Amino acid sequence: MTEPDKQEPETAQLVRSYVITNGRNLPGEDQFSLITLVTASADHQQRPARLSPEEQKLLEMCVGGYLSVAEIAGHTQLPLGVVKILLAALSEGGYLITRPPVERAPLATMEILEEVLNGLRTKFG
Amino acid sequence: MGSAPSLGEQAYVQQGETQTAVKILVVGHFAVGKTTFIGSISEITPLSTEETMTRAGESIDDLKGVQGKTTTTVAMDFGRLTVSERIVLYLFGTPGQLRFVQMWEDMARGALGALVLVDPERLADSFTVIDLIEQYGLDYAIAVNHFDGTSIRDERALREALDLLDDTPIVTCDARDERSSAAALITLVRYLQDRAR
Repeated sequence: MTEPDKQEPETAQLVRSYVITNGRNLPGEDQFSLITLVTASADHQQRPARLSPEEQKLLEMCVGGYLSVAEIAGHTQLPLGVVKILLAALSEGGYLITRPPVERAPLATMEILEEVLNGLRTKFG
Repeated sequence: MGSAPSLGEQAYVQQGETQTAVKILVVGHFAVGKTTFIGSISEITPLSTEETMTRAGESIDDLKGVQGKTTTTVAMDFGRLTVSERIVLYLFGTPGQLRFVQMWEDMARGALGALVLVDPERLADSFTVIDLIEQYGLDYAIAVNHFDGTSIRDERALREALDLLDDTPIVTCDARDERSSAAALITLVRYLQDRAR
């Protein structure tokens, strides 16, 4: 937990959120949930032009593999809403691949629970 | 830019191109041991992120209830566990205060279920949390975090005090111990299986 009195991360303090996001609104929840997995698309490994410093930082982070939206927010220390907006912009620009969690049918849920159970038993049994 | 990614290899989801991400909530009142619990079984050092309490485009009237507060953000802690080649499990630690409702919607959407951590000495503090979980329609199990020196009430008294259904599982655990934490999660998942049938 963050202490209520603790200072906010440097970025948030120096630059207002609406400057970082360029005034854009939050993307739909379907596109960027907490556990949507994100990575940089292979076409854009070279230095992309005209990205903000924050967008560049996020993209750089995403080059190494898949991370969830929550993890990207955790690593960057940017507020979740800001991260979602930046990711949406990068995604629109073709810089990112996103994998939202699948809509679960009842059968799929049973399969998922079985695998989670087996995984926990294997790792910690 | 143009250099190596800024995080180590271990930070990334192991098989992200094929894995499905799922989540389980670990909820409970302040200082009940959520972060400890998550840290005991997470394969990454637990991360924390902040959700602002108002969102772009929403009325600033929403701030009325929090006037005088020193902050308008709330932190949530989370961890990750690769459970199979196909599934990566995220555990989100969620504070139980009603004023974090926006965050609860994000958290609860699509969650498999919730583990409610309970301090036997502070049962009343868990009422709000359990209300919220039920309000969002999540199935849950109770894990009594057994701190050193605290007594464990007998199960029937606990069930009565928390007004639980007869089939809601109750386990005791030591959130600092990975096997104990995992056992509590296993109890929850088995219950979720029963509920899904």
